[in-house]
Amino acid sequence: MALSIVHRLTGVALYFGTLLLAWWLIAAASGPTAYAHVQAFTSSFLGRLIVFGYTWALLHHLLSGIRHLVWDLGYGFKASEREALTWGALIGGICLTVLLWIAAYAIGGGR
Amino acid sequence: MAGSMDSGLALRAPRNDERREKMVEFALPKNSRITGGTSWPKPAGATETREFKVYRWNPDDGKNPSVDTYFIDTHDCGPMVLDGLIWIKNNIDPTLTFRRSCREGVCGSCAMNIDGQNTLACTKSMHDVKDGAVKVNPLPHQPVVKDLVPDLTNFYAQYASIEPWLQTTTPTPQKEWRQSHADREKLDGLYECILCACCSTSCPSYWWNSDRYLGPAALLQANRWVKDSRDEATGERLDNLEDPFRLYRCHTILNCVKACPKGLNPAEAIAELKLKMVERQI
Repeated sequence: MALSIVHRLTGVALYFGTLLLAWWLIAAASGPTAYAHVQAFTSSFLGRLIVFGYTWALLHHLLSGIRHLVWDLGYGFKASEREALTWGALIGGICLTVLLWIAAYAIGGGR
Repeated sequence: MAGSMDSGLALRAPRNDERREKMVEFALPKNSRITGGTSWPKPAGATETREFKVYRWNPDDGKNPSVDTYFIDTHDCGPMVLDGLIWIKNNIDPTLTFRRSCREGVCGSCAMNIDGQNTLACTKSMHDVKDGAVKVNPLPHQPVVKDLVPDLTNFYAQYASIEPWLQTTTPTPQKEWRQSHADREKLDGLYECILCACCSTSCPSYWWNSDRYLGPAALLQANRWVKDSRDEATGERLDNLEDPFRLYRCHTILNCVKACPKGLNPAEAIAELKLKMVERQI
């Protein structure tokens, strides 16, 4: 039940994250001043934290969604498979988020 | 079926006619909140005791529900939670009310919430409850008749709504309706259901929409008849489930699988039904 709730919560969080994405795209289209405002926010500690959270919500929801697709196809209902899918989504989401951020910083993102 | 939950009693879950249009209720109605409780003395002369904390509610005294504390003499009592409850009823408090019959996990009467998990009191060992007292409550989110007895009228009506009997149009054969071994095996994992309601009353979707969502038990039974090679009403059965609530309120939360004291898999049965819904369209 806990992971079902997390799946829903990350789904709701994605709505707000998408607003952030839209703000970024609109700012990019509007001009340098507007874009600088977004950059200032996302470079701040709070901004970074929100974008990091958004990345996790997106990746967790993606993996968790795949888990639900597997179940909807009628597979993965044995006890061991259920546990593997659920822990896989949780741990996989966290690992992918961290990896993505390491990769982003390594290629010079965020500067 | 709708409105059949109205039993005229003070209820633990709100009655249909009182229910306001909102999806989730996190708090119990005021008259259902647990207050106080009697602590009964330890049995005299007992060398080893086990503490039981049991939900009590009497429809006749106008009081809120309470949790009573009892101590049973473990040397004078069988190992199961049901043995403990019967010991309490025989030796301490004859007013304690609960359903029980077969005492071996076949009838499904003594389904209740033990140590936070819906299960059968007769097959749950009190020694498997690790921490402190054995906490016993009625099945969650059902109207309570008295103490540990839930009102399952709606649950049974939902079972009736899936028409759980063999339906055929071809002429009845001279002898029995025949079935191959392979077709019979398709019913394994479905026919064993004892309708104890542990699964349905563990399901959040069922808690919030039990008036419209059929719940895991009724849906597992629906799949049992859909999969029966002798049944000839598969189309009508699926038509009956083609509804935003009756079937599709299942969001694969999987509490039902964890709760089932018979080790069945209602979630898988529901997934099979959803697949059949798609398959017949293509």
